[in-house]
Amino acid sequence: MIKLDVNGRMHNLDVEPEMPLLWVLRDHLNLNGTKYGCGISLCGACTVHLDDKPVRSCVVTAAAAAGKRIVTIEGLARPGIHRVQKAWIEHEVPQCGYCQTGMIMAAVSLLDRKPRPTDADIDEAMTNLCRCGTYTRVRKAIHAAASPEDTVKPATRS
Amino acid sequence: MTTPARQPKSPQRRDFLKASAAVGGGLVLEFSFPLLAHAATGASPTEVNAWIVIHPDDRVVIRIARSEMGQGTYTALAQLVAEELDCDWMKVSAQFASPNANVRRNRIWGSMSTGGSQGVRSSQDYVRKAGAAAREMLIAAAAAQWKVSASECSADKGVITHGPTKRKLRYGQVAAQAAKLQPPNDVALRDSKDWKIAGKRLHRLDIPDKVLGRPVFGTDVVLPGMLHASIAQSPVFGGKVKSVDSAEAEAMRGVKKVVRAEDFVAVVADSWWRANRALGKVKIEWDVGANAEASDATIMAMLREGLADPEIAEARKVGDAPAALSSAAKVVEAEYSSPYLNHATMEPQVCTAWIKPDGFVEVWTSTQDGEASLSHAAKTAGVPLEKVEVHKTMLGGGFGRRGGPQDFVRQGVTIAMAMPGTPVKMMWSREEDMRHGFYRPASLVKMRAGLDAQGKIVAFEAKIACPSILSVLVPGTMRDRILSVLKPGAARNRIDFTAVRTLSDMPYEIPNQRIDYAMRNGHVPVGFWRAPGQQNGVYRECFLDEAAQAAGKDPLEFRLAMLKAGDKNRLVLEAAAKAAGWGTVLPAGVGRGLAVVEGFGSYAAGVAEVSVSADGGLKVLRYVVAIDSGYVVNPDTCAAQAESNAVYGLGGLYASCTVKNGRVQESNFHDFPLPMIGDMPKVELVLVPTGGFWGGHGEPGILPFQAAVLNAVFALTGKRIRTLPLRNRDLQKG
Repeated sequence: MIKLDVNGRMHNLDVEPEMPLLWVLRDHLNLNGTKYGCGISLCGACTVHLDDKPVRSCVVTAAAAAGKRIVTIEGLARPGIHRVQKAWIEHEVPQCGYCQTGMIMAAVSLLDRKPRPTDADIDEAMTNLCRCGTYTRVRKAIHAAASPEDTVKPATRS
Repeated sequence: MTTPARQPKSPQRRDFLKASAAVGGGLVLEFSFPLLAHAATGASPTEVNAWIVIHPDDRVVIRIARSEMGQGTYTALAQLVAEELDCDWMKVSAQFASPNANVRRNRIWGSMSTGGSQGVRSSQDYVRKAGAAAREMLIAAAAAQWKVSASECSADKGVITHGPTKRKLRYGQVAAQAAKLQPPNDVALRDSKDWKIAGKRLHRLDIPDKVLGRPVFGTDVVLPGMLHASIAQSPVFGGKVKSVDSAEAEAMRGVKKVVRAEDFVAVVADSWWRANRALGKVKIEWDVGANAEASDATIMAMLREGLADPEIAEARKVGDAPAALSSAAKVVEAEYSSPYLNHATMEPQVCTAWIKPDGFVEVWTSTQDGEASLSHAAKTAGVPLEKVEVHKTMLGGGFGRRGGPQDFVRQGVTIAMAMPGTPVKMMWSREEDMRHGFYRPASLVKMRAGLDAQGKIVAFEAKIACPSILSVLVPGTMRDRILSVLKPGAARNRIDFTAVRTLSDMPYEIPNQRIDYAMRNGHVPVGFWRAPGQQNGVYRECFLDEAAQAAGKDPLEFRLAMLKAGDKNRLVLEAAAKAAGWGTVLPAGVGRGLAVVEGFGSYAAGVAEVSVSADGGLKVLRYVVAIDSGYVVNPDTCAAQAESNAVYGLGGLYASCTVKNGRVQESNFHDFPLPMIGDMPKVELVLVPTGGFWGGHGEPGILPFQAAVLNAVFALTGKRIRTLPLRNRDLQKG
């Protein structure tokens, strides 16, 4: 049994230690907000937070994630909506949307590390791939989420 | 009959809206959110007509027949219906119309096909009429209740008012009565200048769910007792399974079954990872046949042979091009080529299928055509169309991959048939997706232009060798009707318009033209990539710059001189040139190029600015694109599509799918690279809608992109790029 702390809840899971975290989340916990895109850490669609750091969950094993705090898009701001998600909606960032949860997780981490990122910081940190071409809006939304007038605490969800 | 899956479900915005309202003040001006209360009211909704369902509490559900793959059709169509319905946009939600019900109700929703930038333009007329008809029926129902003439009543934001007495009734109060009325025979549609919901920059209906990570995609489907499958197809296209040794795989943890089909092997397990891992342990022998000999070199030889075919088919003939070329003052000649390209949707191909105990087949899939999915599922399962339901999910990218082929539905249903009673979600690995696409055709085009003494083009000749998408995707009898035989006796050289467009229908006034097409299909499956035939626009517009240079003329002036006054190509070209500052001085190290190409109902012209880094890499700095689509339903989604087309075009300049031993060699994003955030140019969309026709936005933006960029590269470096991809090419060296 592997014990995983996902979005603040402990799960005892009978999975192979080498099973990538992505598949534990998706197929064993039904947390499908984290996406499969490449399986080899190239696209970033599977980005989640491990002890507040962004990781590509397709290459992190369940064993390596044990004992760490795992946060997925579903647990990013519970209750409420994260200011990055809010900026994403205001700037109409997604198109198809498939890569966007990974983008958002990467953006949240960037803003945690650098509250006022430059364009160069964004280029360096946001290595997620988007086939639809939402990049301009990703950049705008990150800058918007970084600006002081948007730094309000998350509201309560019903 | 049908099963409500736990997921995906129609957009739920209540949670977000509450949160957003509490945060407050953040919503961008001009945007407004439909407010959707999901609380069960107990009272049942009314279908006023097939497109419109109204709840007693005035919520309006608009049914959408086309698919949503990011292009915004889901919202744009809802805007058009709501515009004519005169309902409250804040109470609107959308849901996909059921393909099964479409079969049973005599195709009441029309086509569900979503491609060719058709979503809005080919259904705008009947969806707007549905909205207007429902409005008239709601007004008539209120008038009947008041016992007054309908002509004394008006509707606005879902409220009907009797003018003389100021009495009011809400849509929700009269919907049930309205639905019983005879629909009006004919309805007048609103002039676009009076639009209040259509034409506005409204928030897209599908975005909050996507941002919150709610399950909306085909890959997100979860059903009770569902299993997972991963598949392997013949590495050589067209190969068949010869033998399978699955003993080791079957003993692995979680594996339920190894399914052997004619042309694929699948492992079914209790998680996708376990299925895919076990698949790697299945020993499969393939019968690959002669296709295993094919390579880039044999494909290029095939295309080159096509150019020399004496029976090459005539796609267009105006005047006498060969004669005019032989008497021209100057002849410019060039050969251009492009490789195969994969769609590389971020969501791999996916299909969940469930063969129910009563024989009913349920399918959940990311499809660009719910009806095609339904018919492929029915044929595969051997059941009538009525015995299948296809639940359309949001698509994690489409770009043409998920429309015609429907290979994933056939596979998903085949696998489910081996597991009767159990839902199975089949998803391809990225490697499978990269190597089993329906690729943008590779092509080779040779062009000649004859200039007179004044530098004007008097003759244009093009020979096109290219696989035919329609030959691959359209079944036999229909294919014979679509591919017109223009040259008797040359049956194999029939015309596929997707292979000749943009060269066979040039807007330029050139008195002598000869465009020939050699259909050379090869064994690599081809399909509708974003803007099928777009490579011809690259060739044409780059070659015109070569001709302009030979004539010593400015590329803009050269083109304008060949475009009639009033031609919309001229209008967008002038609009793009003006917005981009054509002719103004650029900073050192920056080059500028332009192109104009019409297609998919619209006219598009682009101006690109580029620089080249010290190590020879291309950077596209800016892309100004002017589009005349007749009308504009949502300017913001149009802007998003312009950005999207720029990135797709940029990716297409760099990537390629190469063939060796009959198989595509690229396997993932390391060898099929996509642009990243730092590669994104500044995209500026100039909308110049002139009205009177409906054009698309999903594809037109890509049409001038690559040519504008390559023309800018030439302007900067003097290097003329005629062969793609650019990957690993040093533009400093050429």
